[in-house]
Amino acid sequence: MEYRMHLTDEEQAILNGSQGETMAKIVKTLVLYGDAFGATRFVPVTGQGHLVTSFGISVLKPVFSIMDELIGAGLKAKEPFTLDPRPIDYKNVKCNPIEKLIFSKILYGMQGSYEAQLQKIGLKSEKSFTCTCYLDEVENTPGYGDVLSWAESSAVVYANSVLGARCNRNSGIIELFGSIFGKVPEFDLLTDEGRKAKWIVEVRCETKPEAQVLGSAIGMKVMEDVPYIKGLDRFLGMELTDGVKAYLKDMGAATASNGAVGLYHIENLTPEAKEQGDALIREDAKTYVIDDAELKRVKDSYPVIWKDKNAQPDRCFIGCPHLSYAQLGEWADRFAAELKKQGKQKVGLTTILTAAPEVLEHFQRDNQADYDRLLSFGVKLSSICPLMYMNNPLCGKRPVITNSNKLRTYTSARYFTDDEIAAIAVKGGF
Amino acid sequence: MGKTFKGRPVIAGDITAEAVVTRQGFNTLASFQKSALMKKKEVICSDQNNADLYGKNLTGKVLCLPQTIGSTTGGMVLHTVSALGIAPSAMLFSGPIDSLAAAGVILADVWTENRIVAVDNLGDEFLQYVQDGMRVTVSEDGTVQIS
Repeated sequence: MEYRMHLTDEEQAILNGSQGETMAKIVKTLVLYGDAFGATRFVPVTGQGHLVTSFGISVLKPVFSIMDELIGAGLKAKEPFTLDPRPIDYKNVKCNPIEKLIFSKILYGMQGSYEAQLQKIGLKSEKSFTCTCYLDEVENTPGYGDVLSWAESSAVVYANSVLGARCNRNSGIIELFGSIFGKVPEFDLLTDEGRKAKWIVEVRCETKPEAQVLGSAIGMKVMEDVPYIKGLDRFLGMELTDGVKAYLKDMGAATASNGAVGLYHIENLTPEAKEQGDALIREDAKTYVIDDAELKRVKDSYPVIWKDKNAQPDRCFIGCPHLSYAQLGEWADRFAAELKKQGKQKVGLTTILTAAPEVLEHFQRDNQADYDRLLSFGVKLSSICPLMYMNNPLCGKRPVITNSNKLRTYTSARYFTDDEIAAIAVKGGF
Repeated sequence: MGKTFKGRPVIAGDITAEAVVTRQGFNTLASFQKSALMKKKEVICSDQNNADLYGKNLTGKVLCLPQTIGSTTGGMVLHTVSALGIAPSAMLFSGPIDSLAAAGVILADVWTENRIVAVDNLGDEFLQYVQDGMRVTVSEDGTVQIS
């Protein structure tokens, strides 16, 4: 078979089997992938890996067979990798006995064996289960210009946009193969041309837009294209502070899930926009104006797909993507204020804040007061993946509320803004 | 009567089967997850947000679509349903194939015994013309004949 990518002698030899049949299949997969998008060459991966598949769900046996083949061939990722959050946390996200039985024996019955496979392939540590691998505590923060082989959409869009790394919106398994081969085909967001904006988004809101709704509006409009966002620096400033990065984390996750955005630029704020300004905008770029009325229209368009549309919520997830250290403290303040307002001591609804294991450790260690305050309010802290928790037939029917537009998109959870969520969670219903 | 379209073969192959058509993005995970989880022998589309396909059988069909959308587990899901023998026989894209779908059909081709034939860039007219139940013949060179 003829391939269009230009391979070095070494790459060609590997494709021909010099490092074994399994490695040859990995390279063949990546060459076909590159060919599909007009890549002409491989470029080295320069950052650590991050995998999207964190769940030992029994239906994925074909994936686990690939893992066995890789292990049998003695293959490992070039660098240790992190991966998305686990789908279960029995301690902090309670299940009834039937659910627990089905989770542990049937649905996620292969979690233990899959994690054993991951360790052999190069899992960084037992704590490396989070979608926010790029946060300082997790120590998988790419540098500007680093080439990555990631798939988790919220992490890809953050790394590209906020950190200036270069990563395509890959699929699961493909990202593992790139991490094992140590190279990825160069196309789209790995190229200067592919990082140019096809859309100008003009933010003309009167007040700071809700990150999750703004991201949703942008994603639904531009789909997989790159937007250049103007007018947001009025609200966010021109420095990537921890608070701004948290805002961009949530906005980006919404662009990636409500659309398929892998990179955005923000005028005067994100690194490439600061460097290159309007030169990042293609001549034929279209314009999308977002004002308060447009955000209301988008938010009002979200369907309620609960089985009983008039049900009261029985659970609240906050933190998809996982919360940052600063956000955990903000939620302690928000709940404290709302509890005082409603004259209550504890939240009235099972409320789970999710963050990376290392972020929760940092929070407990360096902000014990807020950590204890949240627990005293009856809030649970967990490193579970709310999306995977809900993406199964048992939990999918639960009336869950969330402040995550990603969780809303992929599950039956209903979206509310941060302030709305706090009020509902404290009250215990609508 | 019929019509012929020409696209780019991403995974080349000869196949004739019945069309199922979505004119909105195809959410791979949402469409396949229920049947796959329940270990069904055929995939009944479970994406409630896709009025074109919800409740329809996708196994062995020629799936006509603009692009796939949704979770980046999409490629892995396509690989899985291919390995389980319950995938569509072909995926025909009106525009350029997206990275998740490309990953899925390539993984299926290299790592399973089965193959999902894939042709992209068939044009907007293709997706306007093709209807559920039409007989579609795909040739190795990317020619798609609809009757």
